[in-house]
Amino acid sequence: MREVPALGPNRPMKLPKIVEQTLSNGLTVIAIRRPTVPLVEVRLRVPFARANLARAAVLTQTLMSGTDGMSGVEIAAELQRVGGALSAGADPDRLLVAGNSLVGGLGRLLEIMASVLTGAAYPAGEVATERGRLADRIRMALSQPAHLAREALYKRMYGRHPYAVQTPTPEQVLAVTPGAVRKLHAERIHPAGATLVIAGDITPQKAIDTAERALASWVGDGKDVELPKVPPLEPGPLTLVDRPGAVQSSLRLALPAVPRTHPDHAALQLANLVFGGYFSSRWVENIREDKGYTYGPHSTIEHAVAGSSLVAAAEVATEVTAPALLETMYELGRLATLPPSEDELEQARQYALGTLQLGMSTQAGLAGLAATYAAFGLRLDYLAEHAARLAKVTVDEVAAAAAQYMAPARLAGVVLGDAERIEPSLSALVPLTRAGSESA
Amino acid sequence: MSVRSAAIRVPATKYPVERLTLSNGLRVVLSPDRTAPVVGVAVVYDVGIRSEPEGRTGFAHLFEHLMFQGSENLEKLAHFRYVQGSGGTFNGSTHFDYTDYFETLPANALERALFLEADRMRGPRLTEENLRNQVDVVKEEIRVNVLNRPYGGFPWLKLPPVMFDTFPNAHDGYGSFVDLESATVSDAAEFFERYYANGNAVLAVTGDFDVAEATRLVEAHFGDVPARKAPPRPDFAEPDLTAERRESYTDRLAPLPAVAAAWRVPDPIDDLAGYLPYVVLAEVLTDGDASRLVERLVLRDRTVTSVGGYLGFMGEPFAVRDPTALVLQAHLPPGGDVDKVMATIDEECQRLATDGLASGELARTQARMVTHQLREIDAVLGRCLQVAVLEQQRGAPELVNELPRLIAEVTEEQVVAAAAALTAQRRASVEVIPGGGNK
Repeated sequence: MREVPALGPNRPMKLPKIVEQTLSNGLTVIAIRRPTVPLVEVRLRVPFARANLARAAVLTQTLMSGTDGMSGVEIAAELQRVGGALSAGADPDRLLVAGNSLVGGLGRLLEIMASVLTGAAYPAGEVATERGRLADRIRMALSQPAHLAREALYKRMYGRHPYAVQTPTPEQVLAVTPGAVRKLHAERIHPAGATLVIAGDITPQKAIDTAERALASWVGDGKDVELPKVPPLEPGPLTLVDRPGAVQSSLRLALPAVPRTHPDHAALQLANLVFGGYFSSRWVENIREDKGYTYGPHSTIEHAVAGSSLVAAAEVATEVTAPALLETMYELGRLATLPPSEDELEQARQYALGTLQLGMSTQAGLAGLAATYAAFGLRLDYLAEHAARLAKVTVDEVAAAAAQYMAPARLAGVVLGDAERIEPSLSALVPLTRAGSESA
Repeated sequence: MSVRSAAIRVPATKYPVERLTLSNGLRVVLSPDRTAPVVGVAVVYDVGIRSEPEGRTGFAHLFEHLMFQGSENLEKLAHFRYVQGSGGTFNGSTHFDYTDYFETLPANALERALFLEADRMRGPRLTEENLRNQVDVVKEEIRVNVLNRPYGGFPWLKLPPVMFDTFPNAHDGYGSFVDLESATVSDAAEFFERYYANGNAVLAVTGDFDVAEATRLVEAHFGDVPARKAPPRPDFAEPDLTAERRESYTDRLAPLPAVAAAWRVPDPIDDLAGYLPYVVLAEVLTDGDASRLVERLVLRDRTVTSVGGYLGFMGEPFAVRDPTALVLQAHLPPGGDVDKVMATIDEECQRLATDGLASGELARTQARMVTHQLREIDAVLGRCLQVAVLEQQRGAPELVNELPRLIAEVTEEQVVAAAAALTAQRRASVEVIPGGGNK
């Protein structure tokens, strides 16, 4: 037998050069130097909690559809001239304008961003076109099992909290008027509280000066809107959502979790990895590599501003839905009641540390991380602090985190599938409750 | 503003690219970049969907799964655990013309990754138990991506059988369940013996390493893999279409109509200069709101809700061999008229062919394409896969630095000529008829 080579010495994590400045209009700008390819990435994050779902969705699709001076097509062409593009999206926490260009185009990219932030016109014709497209996209999403399962899970997890519904209906979208979009823009899209991340082949201070020049005209202030904390997850019967004829069942199981800054976070992250958070986990090795029930099971800790949660997701063959759930509960129960081995912890720890390095090795990765962290009041130095915490977590701490957060008794979950075929066997394992019609 | 003055200065990258061939015939590409402590490692075998035997559809992909099930010195599960336990990520993927296996890792795990790839190049552990397990896993993969969702396999599995006549080009590359279940361990052993020769492979390493040290490690781990020659590559050529082909099928889960159309393009390898204008044309037609078809079909006529265009059925213009195609695909609103959409596409291609491009239109499209290319290779793995396939298919990994210039050198005359070639009689298309309740 040949010996598998040992690892070389660890190379220390090196943070890139970062400059942060709050502009006179209240916008926080974070500029990150990573001079690899001659490009620049931008991410503008604007708090958007409690924005009306349908209006927010139409706004993101028409933000770039024209200003007083330029049509939507002209905006797109001007961006292309510098190798650029910008797009907007919204979730229950924020509006995000994201894009990139050749590095020499940063000034133009930010000028165009400023022109839509200060002067998006939401022309009636374009709004009509885009809300129609959006309604069609939502209709398509409603035929996707992954989307339907997630919708059902959010309802199950969040009850009356705004996170419970994250997609508007086609009808709601079609009823949005240009006036309503303009009003939402005027009320909520302000530099105060917003963060702009610029990452790439830049000199940070010069990039900030460029941002100051381009975005100085974006002014205004709005009220600070905060969401209440998410309600505690209520364990209880598994919600069965019928999808007649489905050849697979979508399992979505939620467990409680803690935010990135919580003292238990590093231990819980490692417990999640040992359970199902990467390929070399107990759950994947069991239900995929041993049993062949599924292709890509995965459990993830999801952080939103108002709360964190752990979600385990798998698409399993209809005929093995109950056996797959049984193995899932077994693996959760095993980790919640017996400590993992030192080797398992070490393997998970190395994975967590290594993927931190990988995540910050591209311009787009750095920009995304910085924008995400900023939403939680964190900066990229969190990466180094978190790495230090991961390095110290003990087996006992992982076992304690698993017992506290990942016990099967704490599960709140949904199964989307062919109810007629899966209900009898599932009800042999756990109490079930049937969801109302899945249709929106 | 003249077309000339609108031309951008195309930025270039200068990644060093070193090539070597080991005495056993394995080709190696090393491209160091020491700006982040990470490495990419990829082994690409020159075999893909097109080389599957008849009666064994989906076998190239199934075999890719078997390459993860243990090898000479590694038990089942060991590969995953060593990569991830080093802080790395891994995967493999099966394409029409090649199959890749790759890892991204912290730089201190380079030697380990080389060991893992060399070990399975010597031979995977092919057992009945692992085969049956992975047949089950692959069936679930096909259910997730094709059978349990709307628009599954559209259009990459649906267009080739319309456009092509021969088994290698036309068959379902994911495979039928009957064929997958019929696969045997001896099929797998033969497939490995024939196609997974080191002479049929390229190893690429990118990222944070010293070239001399990496060369020593590559020699140490791959040098004694027994030499085996590449099998002769079959000729997959088919004649161009001379009459339009059009088919349709009902997707029982799809709520809305869709259509995809494809036209043959020049040989991407032997005629790169003739092929590049089609790569640019696809973007002129579909990249962003200022592109021809988005402006016309989506924004003006509102006859489609989205339209996209790309080269190769998997959308990888520089990782596909002849015969391949320029593909356009569109999703339509409820009750949308596919005939009308196709007629408008013809009209817009004709207009481009007759009237040419607007001032600055080509340059801005090329600028955006350059950004896409640079962004792809900013990731150590994106760069690794690109140099590996460029070496395998073209013997020219240095193109990783040259593609932006080549894209920018495509002329208006060439794009116009390419547009003129997208005629209805050379077109193969497939329409999705929605069978799903509009939930």
